[in-house]
Amino acid sequence: MKLKRNFAKVEEILKKHGYRKDNLIKILLDVQKEYRYLPEDVINYIGVALDISPAKIYGVATFYAQFSLKPKGKYTILVCDGTACHMAGSTSLIGAIKEELNIGPGEVTEDLMFSLDQVGCLGACALAPVMVINEEVYGNLTPEKVKEILRNLKEREMENA
Amino acid sequence: MLRTIDEAIQYIEEKKIERKKKLEDLNVYVCVGTGCAAKGSLKVYEALKKIFKENNVNVNLQKLDDNEERVRKTGCCGRCSSGPWVIVMPYGYFYSEVKPEDVKEIYEETILKGKPVERLLFTDPATGERVERLEDAKFYKAQSFYIMEDIGKCECDSIDDYMGRGGYLSFIKVLKEGNPDWVVKTIKDSGLRGRGGAGFPTGVKWEITKNSKGDRKFVVCNGDEGDPGAFMNRTLLERDPHAVLEGMLIAAYTIGAQKGYAYIRAEYPVAVEMFRKAIEDAKRLGLVGENILGTGFSFDIEIKEGAGAFVCGEETALLASIEGKRGVPRPRPPYPAQVGLWGYPTLINNVETYANVPKIIRDGAENYRKRGVPNSPGTKMFSVTGPVRLTGIIEVEFGTTLRQIVYDICGGLTDDNEFKAVQIGGPSGACLSEAFLDLPLDYDSLKSAGAMVGSGGIVVLSKKACMVEVARFFLDFTKRESCGKCIPCREGLMQSYRILERFTQGKGTYEDLENLEFLAGLIKTASACGLGQTAPNPILSTLRLFRDEYIAHIEGICPSGMCTAFKKYVINPELCKGCGLCARSCPQSAISGERGKPYVIDQEKCAKCGICVEKCKFKAIEIR
Repeated sequence: MKLKRNFAKVEEILKKHGYRKDNLIKILLDVQKEYRYLPEDVINYIGVALDISPAKIYGVATFYAQFSLKPKGKYTILVCDGTACHMAGSTSLIGAIKEELNIGPGEVTEDLMFSLDQVGCLGACALAPVMVINEEVYGNLTPEKVKEILRNLKEREMENA
Repeated sequence: MLRTIDEAIQYIEEKKIERKKKLEDLNVYVCVGTGCAAKGSLKVYEALKKIFKENNVNVNLQKLDDNEERVRKTGCCGRCSSGPWVIVMPYGYFYSEVKPEDVKEIYEETILKGKPVERLLFTDPATGERVERLEDAKFYKAQSFYIMEDIGKCECDSIDDYMGRGGYLSFIKVLKEGNPDWVVKTIKDSGLRGRGGAGFPTGVKWEITKNSKGDRKFVVCNGDEGDPGAFMNRTLLERDPHAVLEGMLIAAYTIGAQKGYAYIRAEYPVAVEMFRKAIEDAKRLGLVGENILGTGFSFDIEIKEGAGAFVCGEETALLASIEGKRGVPRPRPPYPAQVGLWGYPTLINNVETYANVPKIIRDGAENYRKRGVPNSPGTKMFSVTGPVRLTGIIEVEFGTTLRQIVYDICGGLTDDNEFKAVQIGGPSGACLSEAFLDLPLDYDSLKSAGAMVGSGGIVVLSKKACMVEVARFFLDFTKRESCGKCIPCREGLMQSYRILERFTQGKGTYEDLENLEFLAGLIKTASACGLGQTAPNPILSTLRLFRDEYIAHIEGICPSGMCTAFKKYVINPELCKGCGLCARSCPQSAISGERGKPYVIDQEKCAKCGICVEKCKFKAIEIR
């Protein structure tokens, strides 16, 4: 049996943006902030509410890099692969994360705790290589430092659990 | 709420006096730009606030009653690599890499006694000496601040501070004159060219939009800075949002628009927040909204966040995105100036272009032209990254050479690096070799060198960088970001990427080299929009200036040693003590041996991750 979703939150987001078709991207960004991805039934719901076909919404959702149709982790790790970061060895950071969490770019850990994405540029080139975890920026990284940060986060979760 | 032009002018005059007093008085400015914030400047800010709050400061025997207020947020100081920055006025002491623990000493020495904290003073990499004030550093002197004037001494989140710097006077002047033709003429005479990269004359764009017929018109600010290695727009929106807003207001009045949109990347949350606050503050004072200053002119502005698509920097794609659709460009003409948002005439300019406008109105076209070179007047912000001593945001006049930027401003390359090339203009820019170090940077001379100003990202590359890998890296980016609408770009970039990938894996051939050149030319001529037309630039420029590296790859050598496929990890038996640490840490189980005897790496299994090199305490593992 499929659980029935409560759409009150989506309704609130839609209302905030005045049910305007041209606000679709912002609506999807807000929905994603809420659910950490774009669930199928929510997309359909928005389609009906804004009178846009779900196919068109999928078109938008798959076009922009920010959107995900798969669930994201509680901690979303963004590793910058901009020019400066790439030259400073961002690939090795991906390797370190893979070792520590066993996920690659575009994947999420089984417990939905961590997800990893590689992004074009975070605009903090002076600190290259850089990664961002839930809006916190970590700069001048090495694979060792990355592992340490992830271990600390894991520990914090264990304590809270 | 300011109701008339005279009321506004009077308000600004008051703010000017207040600001002058503020700079002569004791005030601490903390840089909160993304670079400094990432290095913990907000914690420094809080620590300073706390110490001010807890103590009664007596300066010149005068007790301060507004202690906390004296710690202020300032926008990016440009030298992100040495942040967090703290500037103490009225002395002008310029502290770099400040930590929360340093706050106590700053308070005791500088705030109470007016003395500098020597160890925190910025060390000028050019001379190796500590400098007390920002103005004394060579990198500062070598620049030409115009858009970023008042660097380190402006509050990014205060409309009153902006007005204290004479802000909004240009907009008021334009309202007072009531003559859009005069504005167009001034912008045309100034020679301002679009800072988005292509360098189209701004005045001409304004004139066309002004003369276009439409029931409604729109003004759009392009803040979708998707280029890897470029962050000027972000910096500008964070440090001086009102300058951009004022430019948009002047534009709206001139072309007759009632509504504006600022399209900003969602990846820049601080910039979005800062600009949102700027709009709110301007609304509160009556500079945005209905019947502005009683002139009958109404203008409203909305922020539209992007969602991560490089192609949305392309103006027609950006407009589609504002309408809530996929950001797919369409052929031009008709230009947005004729048929834009929802079919109405739309003026679209870059963040930096708008920031120039109030200054041009303030100084007059003739004075503006005193900076830069005849065909590219004014200044340009660049973001510089790579292995140079100082990285961050710089502002120079057009016509400044790469050598001045790399060596005078950025202090040359860091110790263990040697200059090889600069990559300028983002992923669709070009790599320029040492021979171009004395090339003056402006729209036309860069174009003639096969490069472009682009968004203004400069990445310095050292001898350790492999130019084939650099080209592959950029193609990887552009092929991913191609919207896929037209075939030359969608398929051509994919095929070019595959060829480049073969090169970096040591499988390139001479035939590939020919195909690569052919494809690059084809994509350039046959693509529909700017993304495809410029995407082959990294290939063409590296093929022209670093062809020998491509050939070396075919012959089985990566000269810089960057491409992993060419690397071989070998244990030197003379240095190996046989501790076995490497074997235990190898994720591929590629290392074997007997304790006490030299270990060996199985080349078939080795994934070339380099973990063993990190682990080995005897430096026995060599990369060949």
